[in-house]
Amino acid sequence: MLTKRIIPCLDIKNGRTVKGVNFVNLIDAGDPVILAKQYAELGADELVFLDISATLEGRKTMLEMVLKVAEQVNIPFTVGGGISSVADVDLLLKSGADKVSINSSAIKRPELVNELAEKFGNQCVVIAIDAKQIDGEWIVHLAGGTIPTNLNLFDWAKEVEARGAGEILFTSMNNDGTKAGFANEALAKLSTELNIPIIASGGAGTVQHFIDTFKIGKSDAALAASVFHFGEIAILDLKQALEQHNIPVRI
Amino acid sequence: MKLIIIDYGAGNIKSIQFAFKRLGVDAILSNNIDEIKTADKVIFPGVGEASSAMKMLQESGLDKIIPTLKQPVLGICLGMQLMCNFSEEGNTKGLGIFDVEIKRFSNAVKVPQMGWNTVSNLKSALFTGVKEKEFMYLVHSFYAENCKECIATTTYETAYAAALQKDNFYGVQFHPEKSSLAGEQLLKNFLELQTNN
Repeated sequence: MLTKRIIPCLDIKNGRTVKGVNFVNLIDAGDPVILAKQYAELGADELVFLDISATLEGRKTMLEMVLKVAEQVNIPFTVGGGISSVADVDLLLKSGADKVSINSSAIKRPELVNELAEKFGNQCVVIAIDAKQIDGEWIVHLAGGTIPTNLNLFDWAKEVEARGAGEILFTSMNNDGTKAGFANEALAKLSTELNIPIIASGGAGTVQHFIDTFKIGKSDAALAASVFHFGEIAILDLKQALEQHNIPVRI
Repeated sequence: MKLIIIDYGAGNIKSIQFAFKRLGVDAILSNNIDEIKTADKVIFPGVGEASSAMKMLQESGLDKIIPTLKQPVLGICLGMQLMCNFSEEGNTKGLGIFDVEIKRFSNAVKVPQMGWNTVSNLKSALFTGVKEKEFMYLVHSFYAENCKECIATTTYETAYAAALQKDNFYGVQFHPEKSSLAGEQLLKNFLELQTNN
């Protein structure tokens, strides 16, 4: 049976992990390659690296990091942040990334999704959507969730699916950082209305939140950062709890 | 050991090269027919769309060469699918090594299948040391039907062939290069297969 995926997300700036990471005794907690290897050994199913460098130099460093991760890590990984062209994606995939995650660039120029799916196959095109529920309606936001667009979450998700997205990474701005659980109602609606995998993001705080997002939110995968980085939830413990609740996982 | 990864323009082959490097083997990327013919082992990768990948094979003449190879050949993902008779993806005629057709999953399930699923009914030396119901990483929308050349099955909508073998030809739908320790074991087994070239 296809299992539900657990995905730690690492923020990268100029080739280094941002914010503290403190879940095991690491020689260098700022080195994304060491961290990625560690997560792979601890049972992560996939990894996401989000590049938050704002400079060209930072982007170059990111490519070098991708190459090093591909060299040393034996599970799949996605790279996101600042990707805006077919050429950007070509470089990342050639450096060994398995998938790329596109956010603002797809909103600015939706044809990019078609171009990427056609050239590289939809299996490597993840569309990241940041949305916030305002007066009952889920509105897609740009620039890390700060600028509202006029797009509705469900309409936009269906559009990118039709354009060739292979997967949706949905972050609820209402839930992100709250540690109060994932936006399961919206996730379940996405999962029911679309026919591609949905990754839940934003709100992970406890093991129960993961159980809920798989059972109630019908998510195919769950992404989290701080609960893993600070050792609040160990991936193996999480997976054992999921298994006890009859949620298929890889242990 | 001379290990060649056929480089015909289809997909991310860096990861496969790195996976072998982790096993201590330097794989050579090549589309040179003489070099491929004289290799001890050949990897036939592929990611992307079937008809355009087949076209790239035809342009380089590799479509004629691959079926004549005598050494162990391992097709991965789309590589495995192209070794079959026919694919519904782009109505593509394949290399005809495996006597089976490639179909698309229906919309009763999410397509692509993406993630870790189990392999069962393991039948070949390729799976030595890999336990029944081991997890492998898969990303695909099309699948090979269960058939007599099937050496491992996976279930997603239906039980289908996760791996195939005929003589010196092997194919796996999953990505061993991304399937953690179990995938590494499989690649190691492939390296240890006897070469008849």
